[in-house]
Order: sequence, then C-alpha cells, then structure tokens
Amino acid sequence: MMVEAGLFVLLLLAGYGFGQLAERRHYRRLIARERETNALPAIASRRPPTDRPYAQHLVSGNAVISSDYFKSFMAGLINVFGGRVTPYESLIDRARREALLRMKDEAKARGAAYVFNVKFETLRVAVGRVGAMEVLAYGTALVPGETPGAPVPLAPLAASTLPA
Amino acid sequence: MLVSNLEFLPDRTVSRHLGLVQGSSVRSKHVGRDIAATFKNVFGGELRGYTELLQDSREEATARMLEQARSLGANAVLNIRYSTSSIAAGAAEIFVYGTAVELAE
Repeated sequence: MMVEAGLFVLLLLAGYGFGQLAERRHYRRLIARERETNALPAIASRRPPTDRPYAQHLVSGNAVISSDYFKSFMAGLINVFGGRVTPYESLIDRARREALLRMKDEAKARGAAYVFNVKFETLRVAVGRVGAMEVLAYGTALVPGETPGAPVPLAPLAASTLPA
Repeated sequence: MLVSNLEFLPDRTVSRHLGLVQGSSVRSKHVGRDIAATFKNVFGGELRGYTELLQDSREEATARMLEQARSLGANAVLNIRYSTSSIAAGAAEIFVYGTAVELAE
C-alpha cells in the first residue's frame, strides 16, 4: 500500500516535472518556427488566386503528442467537477501548431507562395492506457511560375523534415 | 498525376469526370513501440513512432487511391479529403478520397 502510494506520487512528480519542461520547450520552438514561416500564409479559402499561373501540390504535416501522468491525473480530477480541461487544451494546441508548421515546411521546400484550403483532422491515439492526440494538417500548396497542372510525382510526406 | 484538395484549377479545364476514387489503410504498431509509448506517456512529449506510423499509413492510402485513378485514365485527382478513425486499441484506419478527372491539355 505504502509502495503503491509512493510510486503514484513519484509518477505524478515525474510527469509534472518532465511534462512541464517538455511543454515549455515545445512552445519556445513553436513560437520561433512560426515566426520563420510567417511569410507563407496558410489560408482556409477554397478559391485559389488567379493573378498568375500556379502549380498545385498537396502538402501535409502530422504530429502525435502524448499526455503526461500529471496532465492525465488533472484531467481525471477536472472531469469529476466539470469545467475547462486546460491540461488537454495546451496538448491539442501544441499538436495542431506542430502539424501546421510541418505542412508549411513541406510547402516551403517546394517554393510555395500560399497553402490554400487548409484542413485539420484530429485523432485520439489510444493504446492501453496511453493517451495521445494526433493532428493532421493538409492543404494545397500553390507554387508560382511552374506550368499549371503539370504532372508531378506525389511528394513523400514530410518524414525527413521532422525536427530533431 | 496532379493531386490537390482544391476543387478546380483556375487555368485548366476538366474534360472528363471519372468519379470518386478512394484508398484506405489500417495499421497498428508492434508491441515494442507500444511499450515505449507507455513510458513516454508518463513524461509527455511527441510519440515519434506513431507520427511516422500514421504518416506511412496515409502515404499508402494515397498511393492506393492514385492507382485507382490511374486505372480509370485520370491525370488528376481533385478535392481530396482525409478521414481518420480509431477502430481498436493501437489500430487506426486512414481513408482518403477524391474526384478523378481528366484535364484538357
């Protein structure tokens, strides 16, 4: 009983310490990379601009971000009383921003001027007691100058562009 | 093969609609990855293994859809959508669909 309680407290502390550290670091990276990709707008409109010819390429990015022990515990606690589950709000926010950035990285590598018709997909990844969220962001990169509609090989989806 | 999730190309015309094409893929990870993910679940962070798994799965689904489009004689697939569902613990289905068309030269 004592051992179990001790282990629980240890996991909670480890989750809080490492989880918060990982989250803070991730947010710092996100903010820096968002600043770098600011020049490439991701647009939710379905109507592409017609000012000049653009080639279209499907681009996408995804990220699976795991919860930590502390977040899971807090979410369970909040669930009892109801209200905003802030530990999970930041989790999904991170996954969404990361996915969008990876999509933009792929578009940037292709020399795109815009990404149009951006869509998000969210999936709960559940393995046993593992709680994690996957977010997929995809859209159509518009590359100016290329022959419009020229056949292109399907892009390898950004596997190699995952940051270390 | 042109692949896009827009509905049209401003400067090309569609000469033939060839109907809906689709591809799907169901995958799960081996136990080792799940154990690693369980550890990661204590500390938080990205589950790199799952990110790659889902990405591979999406590529496979897309390749199947394109194969179908090619067999219909299409040279583009427009208005693509991805859809994802978790069907069992550790397994996810990726579904992708779009409209196969022939663009005029």
